[in-house]
Amino acid sequence: MTYFLQNLGKSTRSSFTKLGRATFFLLQTLAGIPSVLLRPRLLLNQLYSVGVLSFLIITISGLFVGMVLGLQGYNILSDFGAEATLGVMVAASLVRELGPVVSALLFAGRAGSALTAEIGLMKATEQLSGMEMMAVDPIKRIISPRFLAGCLAMPLLTALFSAVGVVGGQMIGSGLLGVDEGAYWSQMQASIDFWDDIVNGVIKSVVFGWVTSWIALFEGYDTLPTSEGVSRATTRTVVNSAFSILGLDFILTALMFGDN
Amino acid sequence: MQHTNTQDTLVGLFVAAGIAGLFFLSFQVSNLSSFTQKATYTVTARFDNSGGLKVKSPVSAAGVKIGQVSSISFDPKTYQSVVVLQIESQYNTLPDDTTASVFTAGLLGEQYVSLEPGGSETFLKDNGTIDITQPAIILEKAIGQFLFKAAEEKK
Repeated sequence: MTYFLQNLGKSTRSSFTKLGRATFFLLQTLAGIPSVLLRPRLLLNQLYSVGVLSFLIITISGLFVGMVLGLQGYNILSDFGAEATLGVMVAASLVRELGPVVSALLFAGRAGSALTAEIGLMKATEQLSGMEMMAVDPIKRIISPRFLAGCLAMPLLTALFSAVGVVGGQMIGSGLLGVDEGAYWSQMQASIDFWDDIVNGVIKSVVFGWVTSWIALFEGYDTLPTSEGVSRATTRTVVNSAFSILGLDFILTALMFGDN
Repeated sequence: MQHTNTQDTLVGLFVAAGIAGLFFLSFQVSNLSSFTQKATYTVTARFDNSGGLKVKSPVSAAGVKIGQVSSISFDPKTYQSVVVLQIESQYNTLPDDTTASVFTAGLLGEQYVSLEPGGSETFLKDNGTIDITQPAIILEKAIGQFLFKAAEEKK
């Protein structure tokens, strides 16, 4: 019994310690961002590995999600004779929820895990301490560019996901199932509001990009410098990112869309 | 050197594609294009009952959307609903005896304000009022009356 209590206290305390380290790490990263802007080359390289390499998985997933929404939405809406509102259903669910959430989950799996593994391995092979020996700040040189690239790439990827999804829904809806194309677009434009829907979706994606990059970079930076430690840190990145994305999504949705 | 060049191009393409996606969402998916930079004038209409009308509900004439509802409030003196309509300035030739009614698009669709022009020679002006209005038909009320009548006839 005392053993159990001791363990409980120990793990609670260590998780708070970790949260504190993570916060300190985030502040250091933010402080390093101005120096990244002086060296755009570093940022560009990271935008390539975080953004361009995620491009394919995001667009293909977006297309299929949109097509599935088109099929399922048509089946349900045609029961009520409301096929014309298919566009509204596809666009609203993509722009408000599925776009930001699914692309953030994919981003955590595709780019977040790679970031953790890369930085964890840098730590395990003592490249980070090597940099410190050469008076190069690894936070400014390694972490901040990756963080900024994640925050910039995420909204772009989300916009692509939603846009491709809407087109996919239109392909299935009006191409295959015979929903009127004009009704698809005009009903959509009548119901989707720029500020309430599009801008809130972009805000969500920025928050998710921020959180996912933070978790991925911190897990990599904080890893035990062994191969097992790196593997565990990579797993934790994906799991914790998924939890934070879904939890934050609920809070953001309640704040943004809760009052109507 | 060659390698970084292609990488730059790809990053450029990626950013351009992302921004294009944002533009697509703003102008093709949302209503940003339909209500920007269009001059409007406002007209007030008082309804006995504005039903399920909401802010941003469409205002249409002859089935064509010509504006939207900008505010709805309750007048505690006359017990009426005061609905402010924003109508696009290009449609400034509505007669001042235009009738405003609250209709429902389809059986379960959203409610909108329908304007039926009268025969007057003078037109509605900015901040003018529509005097002839027809309240929203409340479905529950209508069904209630119908059932009541049917029961009366059976007696």
